[in-house]
Amino acid sequence: MDVQLSRELQRKIFEQMEASYPNEGGGFLLGEAQADAITVLDVIEVENTFAEEEQYHRYAMKPQDWMRLEDEADERGLSLVGYYHSHPDSPAIPSEYDREHALPNFVYVITSVMMARAVDMRVWRLRPDRGAFEEGTLSLT
Amino acid sequence: MAKIRIPTPLRAFTGGASDIEVAGGTVGEALGNLVEQHPDLRVHLFQDDELRSFVNIFIGDEDIRFMQGLDTEIDAADSLRIIPSIAGGSPPQSFRGKKIAVEEALR
Repeated sequence: MDVQLSRELQRKIFEQMEASYPNEGGGFLLGEAQADAITVLDVIEVENTFAEEEQYHRYAMKPQDWMRLEDEADERGLSLVGYYHSHPDSPAIPSEYDREHALPNFVYVITSVMMARAVDMRVWRLRPDRGAFEEGTLSLT
Repeated sequence: MAKIRIPTPLRAFTGGASDIEVAGGTVGEALGNLVEQHPDLRVHLFQDDELRSFVNIFIGDEDIRFMQGLDTEIDAADSLRIIPSIAGGSPPQSFRGKKIAVEEALR
């Protein structure tokens, strides 16, 4: 899997993730998916609705956010291709919690935020058998 | 027949179709019919015979958890929608408070 993301959108994600620190932040990725080639064309911040005292290591969205943004993507002729979130003071690798809540055919972009600075971004996708994540390549344009 | 709207990532298992017509008089029967038609969906919607915790079923704007769950009755005019709850989290071996240098943490 190759994920194309503009440097401008990456900066937008990094700024949001740093602003969310020390809590997790996140949002949706809208774009185009053709087999293993994913192009991200927009990123949309979504509020973290997990219990506030757990937000330093947990992130969640309301189902209504999914509904609203899936409809928006359809109207714009785009697809909901994935979602992004941060791992404050942790590496940009998926946790077991991520895997249990993951869907296949969906890009998971994880940003590591160390001491309030976004330092790493990696892209992942759940295997169809749900057994593990596979890392993809991130191509910045 | 009632219809079920499939979330974008799972449309790969319905041949790309976003809406599937299903038979059944309850939400549970409709979902059973859906996975009969498209068996590869089952593992992503169900764990054992229970809906996965992050899988939500809506009828219009109503979450079936606040209705009668899988026993909620439906009719042919109903439009159901499968909505995943997006959630994520850092691994437990977080470096928080351990004063590890960024370079070392990323090694």
